[in-house]
Order: sequence, then structure tokens, then C-alpha cells
Amino acid sequence: MSEKSEIAPKHTIAVLVDNEPGVLARVVGLFSGRGYNIESLTVAKVDAGEDRSRINIVTSGNEMIIDQIRAQLERLIPVFRVVDLTESGPSVERELALVKVVAKGENRIEALRVADIFRARAVDSTLGSFVFEVTGDSGKVNAFIDLMQPLGLAEVSRTGVVAIARGADAM
Amino acid sequence: MSGTEQNGKATLSGAEILIRALTDQGVEVIFGYPGGAVLPIYDALFAQNNIRHILVRQEGGAVHAAEGYARSTGKPGVVLVTSGPGATNAVTGLTDAMMDSIPIVCLTGQVASHLIGNDAFQEADTIGITRPCTKHNYLVQDADEMGRIVHEAFYVATHGRPGPVVIDLPKDICVNQGHYEKPDLENLKHKTYRPPIEGKTEAIAAAVEMMAGAKRPIFYTGGGLINSGPEACARLQELVRLTGYPITSTLMGLGAYPASDDRFLGMLGMHGTYEANNAMHDCDVMICLGARFDDRITGRLDAFSPHSKKIHVDIDPSSINKNISIDLAVIGDVGKVLEQMLARWKDGAYQPDQAALNDWWTTIQKWRSRHCLAFTQGADIIKPQHAIQRLYELTKDRDTYITTEVGQHQMWAAQFYKFEEPNRWMTSGGLGTMGYGLPAAVGAQIAHPDSLVVDISGEASFMMNVQELSTAMQYKLPLKIFILNNRWMGMVRQWQQLLHGSRFSETYSEALPDFVKLADCFGATGMVIERPDELDASIQKMLDTDGLVIADVRVAQEENCFPMVPSGAAHNEMILGDGENADRPKVSGEGMALV
Repeated sequence: MSEKSEIAPKHTIAVLVDNEPGVLARVVGLFSGRGYNIESLTVAKVDAGEDRSRINIVTSGNEMIIDQIRAQLERLIPVFRVVDLTESGPSVERELALVKVVAKGENRIEALRVADIFRARAVDSTLGSFVFEVTGDSGKVNAFIDLMQPLGLAEVSRTGVVAIARGADAM
Repeated sequence: MSGTEQNGKATLSGAEILIRALTDQGVEVIFGYPGGAVLPIYDALFAQNNIRHILVRQEGGAVHAAEGYARSTGKPGVVLVTSGPGATNAVTGLTDAMMDSIPIVCLTGQVASHLIGNDAFQEADTIGITRPCTKHNYLVQDADEMGRIVHEAFYVATHGRPGPVVIDLPKDICVNQGHYEKPDLENLKHKTYRPPIEGKTEAIAAAVEMMAGAKRPIFYTGGGLINSGPEACARLQELVRLTGYPITSTLMGLGAYPASDDRFLGMLGMHGTYEANNAMHDCDVMICLGARFDDRITGRLDAFSPHSKKIHVDIDPSSINKNISIDLAVIGDVGKVLEQMLARWKDGAYQPDQAALNDWWTTIQKWRSRHCLAFTQGADIIKPQHAIQRLYELTKDRDTYITTEVGQHQMWAAQFYKFEEPNRWMTSGGLGTMGYGLPAAVGAQIAHPDSLVVDISGEASFMMNVQELSTAMQYKLPLKIFILNNRWMGMVRQWQQLLHGSRFSETYSEALPDFVKLADCFGATGMVIERPDELDASIQKMLDTDGLVIADVRVAQEENCFPMVPSGAAHNEMILGDGENADRPKVSGEGMALV
């Protein structure tokens, strides 16, 4: 169970839950109680009736651990469905980040140029700072943040990954 | 019941709805302890005659009593405790029921809704505390929701893999008025929870094919069979008869298959028999039915039954591949799956490979002839194994239920008391809770007032919930408490001897009470049994005495429980009682770190 492989592949798991009080605590408690890793977590209501929420979890582990995570999630009473989006076929993953850069002079101009390349939007500006909004998969967001580092990166706020399967089939 | 009219429909208080819903569930007994937050519920209990309340002496005892009730009847056990310390005292029992998959509905009082989160008197975050040790838990926030939640809680506790469910009941909700209508309980459907019952046809077919092709097969059975019910156990017997394959059982599964049958190899695992563990190690097809490859069963994982194909039947998909890689999983209720397997076996006119099976049985008989449970009973001191063997002989023809505490006496009971039927054996398996046996015996005796209920106990475990003697006396329960008194926390002492250089750190039972006087002060009968030649007569006297009896059986103090698969060892590296290595097992550093 606890054996750690050198490269534990990342999996994005979508969990559709009944929107009852404490359901998020059940999911998070399961991960901490059984020693599973959470790399990112997003949660929001996803239907008009407001009785279903979707939790997207990025976790890592070998095949046996990922199977256990899925089975343990399915065992929680308020869970409708669990889908391992990494296993089940192609999927789209997106993350949004708000990135604050404090810079003047050449760095300020360079930050704007990089933002343009990444199609990041400036959503706030002062004479000495920007807040950029950047959207994409986690790799793109990471790359953008890395580039901002030497230009005056001051603060980052990220949503974590939301994901959905490609194609016509719905969860 | 009192009620007012609102919108043309009669209303009831939340507490009254609770009692009605429990009555509609067929609840006959509640084990509980009152307190401030549950006063409205006790008031509603007072006003009715359908449900009997058994007053325990500590809330931990209430949950174990409910477990004993549940395990001896197959029905869910119900517990009622107050907020704060009432709920926290129940946590050990809830965890115990979680580990052993016992259906329990535990009602916990809670401070009034507007006080929640304010550190009010006797407030605890019961929902937060019990989330990891229950199958599910509920906070009732509206008296109108009370009925639905109670019925849902029973559904969840008893369907799929059973387990404990907590309903947290704020005091104001129990006082507030609400509506209740009895639902159609037969056709309740849960919004999200739909555990599978039937095994998939292809999986059944593949399993039967694999079984039929086996040359060295073994059935490895567990508590899932007991939970599934007597029918599942009957089907198991039919399948074993049909195939002629050997069968072994976990601690939790004892009684699912009659122990007196020649095909039964005894219990497997850490203190299992030589023949059962060797058969598990050398088999080529393992058919696991309702067991979960617990570490007390498997020993060292990489050496566990290395040459076998493994079929695993379990209602809980998370049990599959958790510890051991499985070749074929069948998800479903083990009773239903056995029915499907039997049908398939008969339809396909399958036949076991008789020649191979005969060879396999010859090998097994060789292991058996090692007589791994043998011990020598001298003239002076009673051997604990002998005490249980005699207890078995003198009670086997009676309608008997056995509970145990945890430790050496528990393992000896599992080895030497032979169970022929399910639901007769109640022991704390997964959690290993000392102090389980006495309250569990209370629950079993409440459920079966005319039967013989014996708590096989150790002197240290017995002291852990000794207050429940008072409960047993209040309800005139004729429990027989059979204490194997060796003045040591025997299993811990055994590990200290074998693994920690005989440094007996804090394991001597110092300052024990005089158990005869203890019995006397509670109004029960006490006796000391000291000599081997008086054992039978004394046991008979214990059985013939009306009312509760505490038998203080003075047994050999330094007897160890064998066979033993030490931590980190494989099944075929057992220590046997008479072997040379019995005092100095080879245990790796890694093994020392295991529990």
C-alpha cells in the first residue's frame, strides 16, 4: 500500500456528489486518513437544482493506489459517480491563475509581452503592478508563472484543475 | 402521543418522530445512557412500550452490547447516548463496528442548534469526530427530516457491507414539531447508495471454471458469510460438499462452516493451524469468500500464497486488490454469489480433479498429523487450552453463545472452541478491543434470554469494562464469565518474551481484585478454579448456578499461544509450541516494526 514508486503518475479524478453538508470533508478526510496525496482540488455545485456538486481531484499513485482511491471514493455514501479522467480517455483540463507582478521599467514591459504570448489578460493595473489572469492546462500556467519569476512575481492565486472528458458522453 | 394540528396534518415532536421511526424499523431494544441533550428522547421513550431500553454503565459498553445483539441476531443494534462525553465514549465501539462490519445505528444527543460551534456545555463535534469511524453520519437539522434520516440510516447500516451509522440529534430538533409518515420500507431506494448484490455472470462463470480446474484448492472464508446470513452459510456448506475442497476461516468467519467437519482445517492466520496456513501457502487456487486479506491473515505480503490464482468474492470493491493482487474479483453479496456459483457448477456438470484432490488431501493430512494445537496438561496447573477444551465439551450440546475479550484467551477460544453455526461467536477482530466481551455478552443475552452466554475472558481485559456487571445484574442476565486468569496481559507478555528479550515492561496484572468478592459485591456468584482435577466439576457448577457467575480460572501463567506466524514472516514460517525455535523466533527488524 505505502510503497512509493519513483514516478507516481498523476491522475485527475472527477467525483459527482450529493450536495449534503460535510461531503467535502468526507472526501478530504478519506485522502488524509488513508495517506493519499492531493495535488489540487476544486469543488462547486454543477446543477440548477443545486443538489449536486462536482469535485475534481488531481492525485498521484501507482495503479493499485489509484484503483483503491477510486473504490474508496465510490464507497462514500453521498457519491453518485467517480470517473478517473486520466484513465477513461481524452479529456480537457483547465486551470485559472491570478498572477501579481510588481515591476517597473523594462521588466514591466517584458511582463506585458509575455502575457500577450500566453494570452493572459491584465485584470488590474497600477503604475507599479499588474494582476494577470491566465487560463490553460497546469503546464501552461506553470510556464507563465516561471517566466514572471524574474520579472517581479509577487503573488499567485490558482483555482486548481477543472476537467471534463472530450466527446459526447456525459458523466 | 401528543400532537398539534398544523396545515391539517398532525405534528409530533422530533423525539416522538424518532421513536415512531425506530418502532417502524422493528427496533425492540436500545442500549443507552441518558444525559442532558437526550432528555427529550428519554421522555418520548418513557411514554411508550414498544422499545425496551437497556441502561448500560458507560457508553462504550452500550455500543459493544449493541454489537453483541447485532452479531447474535443478524439485526442492527441500536445505541442512544448523550452529547459530548456520551458520544466520545461511543467512539471505540463505533470504530470496532466499522472494522468488523457490524450494523449499528447510534443516536447521539447534541446541544441545541444555535449553540453548535460555541463550545457549549457537553458539546463535541460528533459529526467531525465520528466521520472516519462510521459508514456514514447525519446531523438532523429539521424535525421534518427526522423520519427520512432514521430510515435512511438503517438502510445504510444494513445494506452492502454493514457498518455503524451515527445520527446526531440537536436538542431543539427533538423538541420542535414536525411531520412523519411511515415510508414504504420494502421499496426504499437510496439516492446515491446502491451496493451490488448479484455477481456478474461472466465473473461467476470464470470463477467456477478456475475452481474446477484446481489441483490444490482452498476456500478461505470470513465474516462476510456471517453478515450475509445463515442462508449464505448453508450454501457454503453445499459448495464445500459438492467440491470436496478443504476450507479454512478467519477469526470473524468462525461458525459459517461447522468446525467438526473433516474438511474444515481450522482457523488460519497469525495463530491459525499449521494445516490451514500451509494449505494457504501451497494452494494453486484460493477462493476467498467474504474475507479481506487482513495483515493478521496474510503475514508477509510478498510471501503470501505465492503460487496461487486468487478469486475474491466481496461486496465491497475497495477490498479487492487492497493488500493482495487478485486474479479474479466477484463483486456482490457472498450469499447471492454462492447461489450463482452453485447453479453454474451444477449446470456445467463440473467435476473436481479427483486424483489431484486426493493427493492434496494426503498432503494436508500430513500437516494435520503434526497436531499443532497439542499441549500437555499436567496434574498441578490448569493449561488455558485445556480449560477452553473442557468448557467446549461441557457446553457444546447446549444453546450457547460465546463472546471474548482480546488477547491470548481469545486466540485459544478461537482454536479450541468449535463453532457449528453462525452468529454464535462474538469477538473483536479488526480493532482488537479489550473490554469487548462482557458488554457484548450483555447484548447477546438480552437478545437470547434463555440461552447460555459465556464470556471467555482474560483478567486484564475483564477489568476494562467491569462496570457492565452492574448492567447484567440489573436485568438479571445469567452470564457466565470464564476468566482465564494468568496474571499477565498475556499476549503482550508473549510478544515481549519472543520479540523484546523477555523485558516484561508493565504487563503484569498487579493489584487484581478478588474476583469472588467482586462477584459477591455485585450480588453475583464467584468461584475460583485452581486444580485440573476439579475443572470439570467446577465448570458444571458454574453452568448449573442460577444467575451471573464469575469463574476465576487460575491458569498457567507463562503459557504462550501457538502456532504463531511472527510479524513479517510467511505462512510457512510458523513457530510451533513444541519446536526448538519457540523461544527465539527469527524476526527481522522490519517485522519488529509491524504491529
